[in-house]
Amino acid sequence: MSLRPLTAPWFHGPAGHEKIWLGCAILWCFVMSLMMPYWHFRGKQNSTGEAYTVKPADFFARTEKFVTANRVGTFKNPITNPMMQELPLVEPPAGGDAYLMGRMWQWYPALRLRLGETYRLHLSSLDLQHGFSLQPLNMNFQVLPGYDHVLTITPTSKGEFTIVCNEFCGAGHHAMTGKIFVE
Amino acid sequence: MSTSSHSLAAPGTPGRVCGTTGLGVCLDAQRFIKLNAVVGIVFLLLGGIAALLLALTRWQTVHLLPVDWFYRLLTFHGINMLILWILFFEVAILYFACTTPLNARLFSRKVAYTSFGMMLTGAVMVDYIIIAGQADVMMTSYLPLLAHPLFYLGIILVAVGTLIGVFNFFATLYVAKRDRSYTGSVPIVTFGATAAAIIAVVTLLHGAVVMIPTFTYSMGWTPQPDPAWYRLIWWGLGHQSQQVNVCAMVSVWYLLTHIVVGSRPINEAVCRTAFVLYVLFINLASAHHLLVDPGVGATWKIWNTSYAMYLAVLASMVHGFTVPAGVEIAMREKGYTNGIFGWVTALPWKNPAFSGTALSVVIFGFLGGITGVTLGTQQINIIAHNTLRIPGHFHVTVVGGTTLAFMALAYYVIPLIFQRDFIFRRVARIQPWLFGLGIVLLSFGMSFAGSMGVSRRSWDIDTQGVYGAAAHLWLGVLGIGGVLAFIGLLIFALLCVGTLLFGEKIEGRAMADWGTPPALAGSQPGSLAHDHYATKGTIVLVLTFLACFAVYYFANWKALTDVWPVR
Repeated sequence: MSLRPLTAPWFHGPAGHEKIWLGCAILWCFVMSLMMPYWHFRGKQNSTGEAYTVKPADFFARTEKFVTANRVGTFKNPITNPMMQELPLVEPPAGGDAYLMGRMWQWYPALRLRLGETYRLHLSSLDLQHGFSLQPLNMNFQVLPGYDHVLTITPTSKGEFTIVCNEFCGAGHHAMTGKIFVE
Repeated sequence: MSTSSHSLAAPGTPGRVCGTTGLGVCLDAQRFIKLNAVVGIVFLLLGGIAALLLALTRWQTVHLLPVDWFYRLLTFHGINMLILWILFFEVAILYFACTTPLNARLFSRKVAYTSFGMMLTGAVMVDYIIIAGQADVMMTSYLPLLAHPLFYLGIILVAVGTLIGVFNFFATLYVAKRDRSYTGSVPIVTFGATAAAIIAVVTLLHGAVVMIPTFTYSMGWTPQPDPAWYRLIWWGLGHQSQQVNVCAMVSVWYLLTHIVVGSRPINEAVCRTAFVLYVLFINLASAHHLLVDPGVGATWKIWNTSYAMYLAVLASMVHGFTVPAGVEIAMREKGYTNGIFGWVTALPWKNPAFSGTALSVVIFGFLGGITGVTLGTQQINIIAHNTLRIPGHFHVTVVGGTTLAFMALAYYVIPLIFQRDFIFRRVARIQPWLFGLGIVLLSFGMSFAGSMGVSRRSWDIDTQGVYGAAAHLWLGVLGIGGVLAFIGLLIFALLCVGTLLFGEKIEGRAMADWGTPPALAGSQPGSLAHDHYATKGTIVLVLTFLACFAVYYFANWKALTDVWPVR
């Protein structure tokens, strides 16, 4: 009885249907537990959390140096957005490092990447926490101030991609966007 | 026995015998159950009003609130629903679980007043400072976002007040055992509540570790804590507190299925082991929020996200079997033996406590559980983190699961503890269905919009220029679900308050029956106690559940292969 103390001995092992269900459930837990390490070695999409501590001012300086060295043009936003009207368009060397800086309220700069090339994309924030959300692919990573979060990423589809901020960062949060073009 | 004994049977003890169940009720416990439950329902209503306005804003076509009030009320909604309503109601459940089932008296009235006073002061402080516009930081208040110091101080007060209430619970368990108010082992409801209380202590200690330095930082006394450290410890509070709810909710499932149908756990040893698994492994689940974070490595993420081989998920799957199995056994013993599911159609679906419980089990398991484990898979989190899929998941665990179970409980708590029969009983009978339907629609809207990349906690999606008609449609479903759920919530709150004021008093008589399945001719109580193959319907149900789980789980791995390679 569920509401009164138990006075008769109550300890006995599972049996019958309960035993069958326990067996199925444990097996399923085992499958799910193995899927993650399996994917880590054999799958292509993983979050390893590679990161280095960095002062926001240093990350800003690295980003500026990266923009100056690799700028190929200017992105003008066709959508009315006072937070992001235009950004420098930057193309990192194939196989090289790219820097993307989150700040209230834009992703800086706009990037142009080559299909099938692999890049080390450095993500960090100058102020609050931000969320790197690449649309319409729907790939999401957390961005923290003080941490250089490195994604080793290979674009496998062409087109125009929008970076949306998906970590709340104040009144302009919903308007915080950026751009990645893949050619 | 001296009069200092904490047994309800001791002479001079302020207690009464329940006219419905024949169980003893401690009048001190009754007072604090009333206080905590009523205040909890007030915060539920406040959070619900915010919820309505938020749903009507995310419904992009309506887009009701201005930007500052959207984020303000989102903070308010999270705090009131996930912390205040739940904690107050849980303290009420704890006070019940340590007294009546053990025939014991509450350890201390003073401690209970201290706990209640601190919780209420802290709660009012937090709500005030949010509405005053000084704490637009979301419930998570991720550093370096900074709120007014009163925000953190209020949360600390609520946490410490709750800890004091939990202490009162443990002290009552101790004196009940010492004074032999009962013999044998505590019943499953008390056992489950104890598991919830243990997790609550660990949870609230995490809260103290993270909130105290954040408070001193907000006062300018200490340097800013590291944002990554903050996230790690905060989720020891944020995720675990929801597991306190799971434990309390499962205890309520056992309690209500027992009260309504007369069910009992088919295997006490297995049920109790499952609760112990919650206590041991649930803390690891805090990692679910850090799966795409910098600074924590893949091995750490995989080990923690699986809660050490999904042992806490296993616990939920055990309860998901034993609760319906207990009901099936009880129904079959009553004589409802037709086919595999004959017992299901004979269940008292018009009894709001039963329909609320059954909906809670189904919504929590089929929707909340399956989505939660899948989204919390390390790599799959890449296509889910911080999108609307996340609130789409936790609204069917915390709201469709816990809140609905607690509402169901209120349909017995108010007649049995406040001793008044419900007013408008016909309306009460549809309330769980309406609320459940609303929450399911809301969750579907969120989950599908989230699958299309729409982020959570965002006032507007049109500035981003990437979401099409389908995403807008699902946000509309979210809005409609939110409105329906709010109507369900409002009906619940009005029925409760109306009953407290105008309900017919119950003095020494039994409460009006909500409807329980009568025993048929040929019923044989206890006849199936040793038939381990009697739960044919339940085994079909849980295997169907497992099939749905596997399909959803692997469909998400497939969806993951569509995005760019990344490591």
